[in-house]
Amino acid sequence: MSESIDTHELDVLVIGAGGAGLSAAISAAERDVSVGVVCKSLLGKAHTVMAEGGIAAALGNVAPADDWKSHFLDTMKGGWGLNDPRMAEIHAKESPERVRTLQEWGALFDRTDDGKISQRPFGGHRYDRLAHVGDRTGLEMIRTLQDKTVAEGIDVYQECTTTHLLLDGDQVAGALGVWRDDGSPILFRSKAVILATGGLGQCYRITSNSWEYTADGHAMALRAGAALVDMAFVQFHPTGMVWPKSVQGTLVTEGVRGEGGILLNSEDERFMFDYVPDAYEGSVAPTVEEADRWVAGDRDARPPPELLTRDVVARAILSEVSAGRGSPHGGVFLDIANQRSTEYIQEKLPAMVHQFRELAEIDITEDPMEVFPTCHYMMGGIRVDPETQETAVPGLYASGEVAGGLHGANRLGGNSLSDLLVFGNRAGHAAGDRAEGMDTFPPIDDEDVTNKLNSLEAPFEREDGTDPYALHAELQTVMEEYVGIMRDDDRLTTGIERLEDLAERAANTATDGSRAYNPGWEKCFAVRHLVEAGLAIAHAARERTESRGAHTRIDYPEPDEELERVEFAISLVGGEIDIAREAVPAPREELREMLQADTGEEETQ
Amino acid sequence: MSTQTEGQPPAEEATTEEQSDEPTGDRDPETDTTTYTLEVYRGDGEDGELVTYDVPIQAGMVLLDALHWIQANRQPDLAVRWNCKSGRCGSCSMEIDGMPSLSCMKRMSEYDADTPIRVTPMRAFPVVKDLVCDVSWNYEVNAEIEPFTPAPDADFTFYQPDVERSREFRRCIECFLCQDVCHVLREHDKKDAYAGPRYLVRSAGLHFHPEDTADRTEWMKEDAGVGYCNITHCCSDVCPEDIEITDNAIIPQKERVVDEYYDPLAQIKRKLSDVWS
Ligand SMILES: Cc1cc2nc3c(=O)[nH]c(=O)nc-3n(C[C@H](O)[C@H](O)[C@H](O)COP(=O)(O)OP(=O)(O)OC[C@H]3O[C@@H](n4cnc5c(N)ncnc54)[C@H](O)[C@@H]3O)c2cc1C
Ligand code: SF4
Ligand code: SF4
Ligand code: FES
Repeated sequence: MSESIDTHELDVLVIGAGGAGLSAAISAAERDVSVGVVCKSLLGKAHTVMAEGGIAAALGNVAPADDWKSHFLDTMKGGWGLNDPRMAEIHAKESPERVRTLQEWGALFDRTDDGKISQRPFGGHRYDRLAHVGDRTGLEMIRTLQDKTVAEGIDVYQECTTTHLLLDGDQVAGALGVWRDDGSPILFRSKAVILATGGLGQCYRITSNSWEYTADGHAMALRAGAALVDMAFVQFHPTGMVWPKSVQGTLVTEGVRGEGGILLNSEDERFMFDYVPDAYEGSVAPTVEEADRWVAGDRDARPPPELLTRDVVARAILSEVSAGRGSPHGGVFLDIANQRSTEYIQEKLPAMVHQFRELAEIDITEDPMEVFPTCHYMMGGIRVDPETQETAVPGLYASGEVAGGLHGANRLGGNSLSDLLVFGNRAGHAAGDRAEGMDTFPPIDDEDVTNKLNSLEAPFEREDGTDPYALHAELQTVMEEYVGIMRDDDRLTTGIERLEDLAERAANTATDGSRAYNPGWEKCFAVRHLVEAGLAIAHAARERTESRGAHTRIDYPEPDEELERVEFAISLVGGEIDIAREAVPAPREELREMLQADTGEEETQ
Repeated sequence: MSTQTEGQPPAEEATTEEQSDEPTGDRDPETDTTTYTLEVYRGDGEDGELVTYDVPIQAGMVLLDALHWIQANRQPDLAVRWNCKSGRCGSCSMEIDGMPSLSCMKRMSEYDADTPIRVTPMRAFPVVKDLVCDVSWNYEVNAEIEPFTPAPDADFTFYQPDVERSREFRRCIECFLCQDVCHVLREHDKKDAYAGPRYLVRSAGLHFHPEDTADRTEWMKEDAGVGYCNITHCCSDVCPEDIEITDNAIIPQKERVVDEYYDPLAQIKRKLSDVWS
């Protein structure tokens, strides 16, 4: 059977062409191996293109006191201590070099007055740390990586969806997928496979994530035998658009607050001053006056409370709206118009000016925006080895948003783009090394391929199966209602029951039309992945009987010390979800001492 | 107005397949929607037709939302590209009443609810299915451009004004709307001879990079065929990123070609360097 399929032999197969996938491909190609990248959309359209604010890296160009240690400590604090300490260390140490490499490949960052890469402040980072390109950092990053990929002669298979990983015993042997343009199958035989498929935001109705974010990587990895960790931690970005309804969830960059934007309720109160958590008491400005000084550039002042971590700001907004102090369309106000000059806003936030003008007919240099939390990022993901990014499946690697561990209970802004560069690079090298050391391709099991192809075809044959569009909409409602921002045991238990029912129906979808470019058919497999991811989130959230970072339990409103170094790992055992309570790796001695000594305050020089 | 491109079927008269009970353009106070009529191209490169759909539209909806409504409620296999839904990724390019546009940035309120809106794929490229075209030619052209080439000892110290010179061109989201509208590609199908505005924007972005050292003039003249552009400005008019393609990217590069190839002094220099290399 598999002889008749369009078959490609690639030593290293990278699934995903965002920042993580392209970094991995470029680094793998530094070894003596053949490398290919597959992606669902056209090259250059992955989510990374949408990133706005910047890349976090302790370059120390603006704040000379910044170093990897401060970045490490901020990341750990932002993640409520649940981060894998070795990943956080590697990330903090290697991101400056990766940013400089990106610059050498042609990325044109904004500059400081002395001609270096400029850095802007962002929530949870104690120093000005984000290398940026106006509010289009992701565009510059993906274009640079895309050009480098092409220049290196790496094969790109665009508009090609992988649906299954193939195994030889317990090691990876390749992947199976479909060409979107005509629906025909494609088979990859590979010695190493890197998953860089991004997130799962399509689980939720209000989201900043595109149609691509359907948890494909999470689901494929689970089935292949890998584990998912930290799945309770879904980041709801505090500022999504609320109106018009059709753009609900579209992101308003944190850069707006970084540039001085403030949050107001319907009573014109700057409410964030009332929501400073104990852990951050003393590290944010207690008064408007001090916050204003910080915005004006005085780094002896402390930053405004609007720049607290995303979990804190999102909960604060939710509380204000629930208390009846919301804006007309059910959000709160984000005002930069009264904080900065029109010229300044246009120069620093051109994409936001454009977005609001075109989509909401609002001039943000004149009027406030209305914002509400939107599903934005998945902190959890596939468990990987910090050094190599290898999963529990030999030869299978994961990096970028699809991998877990670095961010713990909450991700700091800017720490994703740096994550992609650092761990994409590491995964690429490790996968390249593995492939270099193997003489032959692992064998493919023809019968397995045939079965998998049949399962893909099945929705065309079912007479009265489920409509995948309706199922997807129902899933989003269930997730919003029972597995949303505010959780408790009852809701999560009901949510799991509803999701189990959805899982049954998701295995029974039907579609029609031709195989060619058929989004209805594609949704049949995507919705299965989403339901599986939804179940993983709900189970992990129910087990986690505490509130920590992005995970808020109404019935357990405080963090539980017992769970401080505990993670829940989800895997499939005999087709059933299995949840294991495990210890987070302990930090090595030097890191532990740093963590204990850290006060979170800036060093005075 | 345009001639036929290979693989692009002629747009035929609309056939009505979908009719709702509500009269077109009516406002339904209960659901707070207004009904719009869309005539959407359905078919592949060989065969196709315009199919009419009545779509309930809420305030603030964009054309892409209307297409998603059709997918979810009428035609699950309707092919359309999109990703960001906020004008940042350049995926959702198509022609709306013949105008090359990003469908995620076209608010329905810009259109008249009483007149059918015609939605067709970009015309300069072969159709794969419905509103999706085969744009792979663009990627092939791109691969021929000499990539960013810094000097071996470049130290990457440069200033904001140096960055600004290249910035405009680097805003490009690769929507290919400029390629679609350019008559050299659209009407004359000179894809073998002319790279099109998008790639003159790319080479300008590279050229103005403060650390780039490559000379792409020969590519510009011989392969990109910059001489084919006759400065009609249509590309600049459709660019969703407001890049002044013609004035800021193409004209300066045309001038460089002229300087290098038709200026006698430069010609001698070039000959000499040919001998020496
Ligand atoms: C609006 C917005 C703004 C953001 N701003 C910032 C910011 O300023 N700073 C920051 O650090 N982070 C930011 N983030 C987060 C960050 O952009 C993402 O987390 C990051 O880009 C993810 O990169 P990735 O490489 O993991 O995945 P992506 O860039 O999403 O790429 C995923 C790739 O996988 C492919 N893929 C998926 N499934 C399959 C499949 N089954 N078969 C084949 N291919 C597949 C997709 O086609 C795509 O190419 C932002 C996110 C959003 C949505
Ligand atoms: S100005 Fe040149 S490139 Fe632009 S549309 Fe006209 S002919 Fe084409
Ligand atoms: S130059 Fe403008 S119109 Fe052309 S591809 Fe780029 S963004 Fe689109
Ligand atoms: S969907 Fe990204 S530009 Fe329209």
